[in-house]
Amino acid sequence: MSEPVLQIKNLKVYYYVEAGAVKAVDDVSFDLDFGVKMGLVGESGSGKSTMALALMRMIKPPGKIEEGQMILDGTDLVGLSEERMRQTRLRKLAMIPQGAMNALNPVMRIDKQLVDGMLDHGIVLSKEEREERVAQLLEMVDLAPKVGKMYPHELSGGMQQRVTVAQSISMEPDVIIADEPTSALDVVIQRQVMETINRLQQKLGLSIILIGHDMGLMAQSVDRLAVMYAGRMMEIGEIRAMFRNPLHPYTQLLIESLPVLDNKGVFSGIPGITPSLVNPPAGCVFHTRCPKAWDLCREKTPEFVEVQSGRWVACHLHTA
Amino acid sequence: MSTPLLELRNVTKIFGSKTEYTVALDDMTLAFDENLPKIIAVVGESGSGKTTTGMLLLGFYGPTMGQALFRGKPLSELKGPDLFQFRREVQAVFQDPFAVYNPFYKVDNLLSIPIKNFKLADSKAGARDLMEDALERVGLRPEETLGRYPHQLSGGQRQRIAVARALLLKPKFLVTDEPVSMVDASLRSTILKSLRAMNQEFGIPILYITHDLTTAYHISDYIIILYRGSVMEAGDVDSIIRDPHHPYTKLLVSSIPWPNPELSWGGTEEMIQKSQVAFKAITGCKFAPRCPYRMDICDTKAPELFRPQNNRVVACYLNRDNEVLSRADLSKVFAEA
Repeated sequence: MSEPVLQIKNLKVYYYVEAGAVKAVDDVSFDLDFGVKMGLVGESGSGKSTMALALMRMIKPPGKIEEGQMILDGTDLVGLSEERMRQTRLRKLAMIPQGAMNALNPVMRIDKQLVDGMLDHGIVLSKEEREERVAQLLEMVDLAPKVGKMYPHELSGGMQQRVTVAQSISMEPDVIIADEPTSALDVVIQRQVMETINRLQQKLGLSIILIGHDMGLMAQSVDRLAVMYAGRMMEIGEIRAMFRNPLHPYTQLLIESLPVLDNKGVFSGIPGITPSLVNPPAGCVFHTRCPKAWDLCREKTPEFVEVQSGRWVACHLHTA
Repeated sequence: MSTPLLELRNVTKIFGSKTEYTVALDDMTLAFDENLPKIIAVVGESGSGKTTTGMLLLGFYGPTMGQALFRGKPLSELKGPDLFQFRREVQAVFQDPFAVYNPFYKVDNLLSIPIKNFKLADSKAGARDLMEDALERVGLRPEETLGRYPHQLSGGQRQRIAVARALLLKPKFLVTDEPVSMVDASLRSTILKSLRAMNQEFGIPILYITHDLTTAYHISDYIIILYRGSVMEAGDVDSIIRDPHHPYTKLLVSSIPWPNPELSWGGTEEMIQKSQVAFKAITGCKFAPRCPYRMDICDTKAPELFRPQNNRVVACYLNRDNEVLSRADLSKVFAEA
């Protein structure tokens, strides 16, 4: 098995508010192997977006990385100085943001925005080199060269999102964090953008964490799936295995609630509401909504363990 | 046939100036009968005219050509009791569960104002009963909802209150524009369930506007596929999703991200890559520039609505062997079982 390119170990990210510490990410561990695309799903408040921000070291007060390690290519990102981290972003680890329209500068032409990051990282490019690089990047994301001379408002949503993809690969990083990159797009455009990302992954040997809540999109595009709930990792596994045989009751309910071709008109949600992250329930965080909970679940937090090769789960049903 | 409750008659809506304009909706005729409690989905990508259709039916936009009618009268001319009746009988649920609330007022406001304006209750207790009843019908517990401010509730709860508000007025027609697109996947089903219940228990017809074919398939009886302001295919939702006839519908259906890793996105590479074609004035079929089956006739004359089955029509020459349904009679396919 290949070495993981990114290792997350016992990561905790808390937000300090009046009511106490909101445990947005609580003791999360996982590995991302080289060349793998991993999906990270969860409902609002599950901690998936906090996870993305933590990986980029962009958690702002009152939030704080409480403890844990994020080892990228042998370096623990948690301990890096702000300047070293700035050098790491884009060069080793880049992000594709959620809303492209808010991520692009409305008064700067696309070509300038594409090389802005490189220049900021101290790369010296002549005018010709710059133009060549812009054309190259645009081509990689299936945009016409003339897009470089345009402003963001002249582009459609799908084209804008492609520009952010081009930005993220401008320094050929090892890992890309994509935070719901297609949630604002129509199905056809969504598919085009995902196919572009897939192709770039092959070509550049990228490892990707795709964050989102659309299980359909995940089923169509990732190799592995990680499921978060209330700040904790519930289950991780190979995508087909996860859909065929979900081990954690939360994953089971999540998959059952999805609309498929053969269950028309059946609307099943997951009963109950997500718990408070300031005072999460004792034991397993999901026990308040879990149909299979028993005494142990209310008392002891289940460990996150590898139950089969590459398959991790935090549930007493499988580990007790 | 009796006078339809709500009707678009040969409506064209154009945005922009004389030199630079967009035809958002192109000669659309659509009638809704209050006695036909069906859910009809309007589906298309951005720029297809789906939201414009909703806005015209609600009277927020006036048509550039043609007429939008409520019980046979043009919406723009409604006055006094007619306008009052329209405002009460035609309700809407919008996309954004944040924007419909004033953050400074308790959520009760959204329910108490219509009760006051339409004089639905004669006492405070009566109003409270109505509010509680409406909330319970959408699966919310009144004691956990009333008296709260919008920020204290989840997006799903807020969206269900918006449905409760529409329900309160016992409307004859409901327009919903992307009601679940901003809500978490796990909460979508509860809102769709509330809409479905509203349709079945109270016999309220619903127009469900969305770009999401998955939920459209699940909640609706009929579907209208729009592309650049024109109907591509319309009719029974099961037949259309399971066996799309129009090349554009095929593209849409094959791009649905079904939550099943074994069922992968089908290959329609050609159409996918061609989607960035610029929009020029097109005399023939609007989809022709992207269509792999394009024939000469497609460029010269827009196809009629061909009717391969009683309950569906397709605007594509590949189906030209079938009888033609006049565009003015589009609604007829929705009356067929």
